[in-house]
Amino acid sequence: MRVTLTVNGSQRTADDVWEGESLLFVLRERLALPGSKNACEQGECGSCTVLLDDVPVCACLVAAGQAAHRRVVTVEGLAPRGELGPVQQAFLEAGAVQCGFCTPGLIVQVHDLLRRTAGAGLPPPGDADIREALAGNLCRCTGYEKILDAVRLAASRLPVMP
Amino acid sequence: MNRVEARDKVTGRARYAYEYPAHGVAYAYPVQAPVASGVVRSVDASAALAMPGVLAVLSCTDPPEIGSGDDPELAILQTTQVVYRGQLVAAVVASTLENARAAGRAVRVDCVARQHDVRLRADHPGLYTPEKVNPNFPAVTEYGDIAAGLAAAAARVDTTYTTPVEHNNPIEPHAALAVWDPGGGLTVFDSTQGPSADRDTIAKVLGLAPDRVRVVSPHVGGGFGSKGTTRPHAILAAIAARAAGRPVKVALTRQQMFELTGYRTPTIQRLQLGADARGRLTAVVHDVVEQTAIRTEFAEQAAVCTRAMYASPAMRTTHRLARLNVPPPSWMRAPGECPGMYALESAMDELAEAAGIDPVEFRIMNEPRTEPDSGLPFSSRNLVGCLREGARRFGWADRDPRPGIRREGRWLAGTGVAASTYPARRRPSRATAEASGDGFIVRIAAADIGTGARTALTRIAAETLGAPAARVRVEMGDSALPQASLAGGSMGTASWGSAVVKACEALLKNGSSGSADTAEDVRADAAFARHAFGAQFAEVLVDSATGEVRVPRLLGVFAAGRIVDETLARSQFIGGMTMGLGMALMERTGVDEWEGAFTGKDLAQYHVATCADIQDVDAVWIEEDDPHLNPVGAKGIGEIGITGTAAAIGNAVYHATGRRVRDLPITPARLLR
Ligand code: FES
Ligand code: FES
Repeated sequence: MRVTLTVNGSQRTADDVWEGESLLFVLRERLALPGSKNACEQGECGSCTVLLDDVPVCACLVAAGQAAHRRVVTVEGLAPRGELGPVQQAFLEAGAVQCGFCTPGLIVQVHDLLRRTAGAGLPPPGDADIREALAGNLCRCTGYEKILDAVRLAASRLPVMP
Repeated sequence: MNRVEARDKVTGRARYAYEYPAHGVAYAYPVQAPVASGVVRSVDASAALAMPGVLAVLSCTDPPEIGSGDDPELAILQTTQVVYRGQLVAAVVASTLENARAAGRAVRVDCVARQHDVRLRADHPGLYTPEKVNPNFPAVTEYGDIAAGLAAAAARVDTTYTTPVEHNNPIEPHAALAVWDPGGGLTVFDSTQGPSADRDTIAKVLGLAPDRVRVVSPHVGGGFGSKGTTRPHAILAAIAARAAGRPVKVALTRQQMFELTGYRTPTIQRLQLGADARGRLTAVVHDVVEQTAIRTEFAEQAAVCTRAMYASPAMRTTHRLARLNVPPPSWMRAPGECPGMYALESAMDELAEAAGIDPVEFRIMNEPRTEPDSGLPFSSRNLVGCLREGARRFGWADRDPRPGIRREGRWLAGTGVAASTYPARRRPSRATAEASGDGFIVRIAAADIGTGARTALTRIAAETLGAPAARVRVEMGDSALPQASLAGGSMGTASWGSAVVKACEALLKNGSSGSADTAEDVRADAAFARHAFGAQFAEVLVDSATGEVRVPRLLGVFAAGRIVDETLARSQFIGGMTMGLGMALMERTGVDEWEGAFTGKDLAQYHVATCADIQDVDAVWIEEDDPHLNPVGAKGIGEIGITGTAAAIGNAVYHATGRRVRDLPITPARLLR
């Protein structure tokens, strides 16, 4: 089947998509966007997190057909003109990146968390909220402390988020 | 200084092995043995070959040509004898990953099953003492009069601890892309901790000269030992690419990783310790039982750490292995020290309590002057400093030692301490440095698997050259660069840093370029016992109704030589401690004895610590100026963080509840039993 969707602001089309294919597969294998990672393929690690119509989802659990005619934003879309988004900048400065394999999913997840909280004029999320919001994004390297630092740093620099 | 490659990683631009594009690429999918012991009678590929896009089916009934069968794990598809469930017995090559996977499921493997044995037990009839334990230690050591020491002791413990099968589970699954060039040369983009060694191994297995093989691995999504040796997927990619006449990618699934990429052996460890009335150890016995595989021996050095820890007039350490129908165990973060320190430091806590001595003081009382087993002087040793600093920061002084008496509603509270240790070694490496434009390029076939090696080496080079880090570029992650040791054994910074310092110094002498080989220097290293040490303090809350354990505080104090980069170091220590917390409370791969299989082979069932499992983890360090190490002065920080954590948490759980759980992980079921 043919799947047409908007990815990072541009309309994209993938042909010959098999019905069982995941959105993650289409992004990585067909649309040359390997930023979203594949680390479990069954919704357990969060490495593949993308925004689907502004809602964070595990792209490995979304059938490609379900994403047809919808808007997808991946980590690549958060720094479109080579300029880092606020979450990316905070991850970089806080040292929240080690091997980097969990990073794209976390960046998207944190982007969503901050847009819903500090970015929406609400108080920044507390540590417990952050830990809960990121509990589905596994990181085997950092022990999460620097990731928390990064979220706090990004939150402190808001409010304006797209 | 920010991590050099952080920008590429936060934007999704960093490429990992699987993600390199290749024209006309095909995909190979492994087919694994459905029995734990037996013989493959036939592999019926007819259905698979009729499926869309299928290019070839490789099978152990028609062995592909290889060059060397020395390593049975890498001599893939060479035998129809199956010695563990999940062994590679066939593979499908197809035009897309999905086609390959679908066809892989359609390959029918007919096996004659034999009786298998996957159960490790202390009285296993096949237990034997290996010649050596990793990397090259005697399996058995003994000095002094053990019996007399134990008999004379005023306080004694004789306890057995077990640790389960644990899997490294780096977040990046193992993957490789193999590309043959028309001249017969091979390039492998591989998820590896050591491009030089990986190249040599791949070349040997395939019967190629090493200079015909190139391994490229600029970014690796974690390894924790599982990418420290060449794994079957890389050989499969190369063989499949040869068969298909196209580049081939192999990406293991999370499930396949459980059998094909190594794991930590389960251990059964008996500790017998005695102490006199003043709290001095009178005897230390550490007997370890572990498993290994039928065709490959892997002898984890779990009791070796005990040889370096505490002064005792008598000591025995032993290792015995059982060969089982299991995939070969392999390196997982701090192999040896990690399970060994769990047992030793749990027993030390039990003995401290039996002797009526504070566990921090008890360890300090038994501080040795020289390395107990070898008699060698320590290059530096600051375990006592770590214990005292940790006790001060943690607020240990007010601790009431009585277990099970602090209740906050449903929650029982407790604290625990344990020591950490990891050897400080280095290996020969080469590097070059070159002035280029207004900056410098340093080249070394090191690997950055997330440790921050690229950043640390950039700093080290910049410091040596007296140049700002922004003007230094370090090229690594490619076997075409000067040969380097692998990222393992916490030796990266020491080994590669030594070569980089030397190459940069040579450049400074002649102004334009320098090269270095540290083989001679490493050989000439004087005889010292070189170890990093640390102390970990844990506070736990145990839900008395459900048995849930929370860890509100975890503090590590480490003495690991010079710390090259504070941010990188904290993250490495804390990452290790967090993995140690996972080991204490949740990490375990099930073993189905009937089926001869690992169970729970995914991240839904193999639990690693998530963000919400952690509360306050902190790591600090005592700076050491140790002239006997290497030009960088570093001891290595990648592994020590995971050593001792599980004991500190287990000791705290005892302090909270009065219950000693001596089998990891400490689950609610075990606490409530
Ligand atoms: S790859 Fe989608 S959650 Fe792990
Ligand atoms: S940085 Fe490696 S998994 Fe998170």
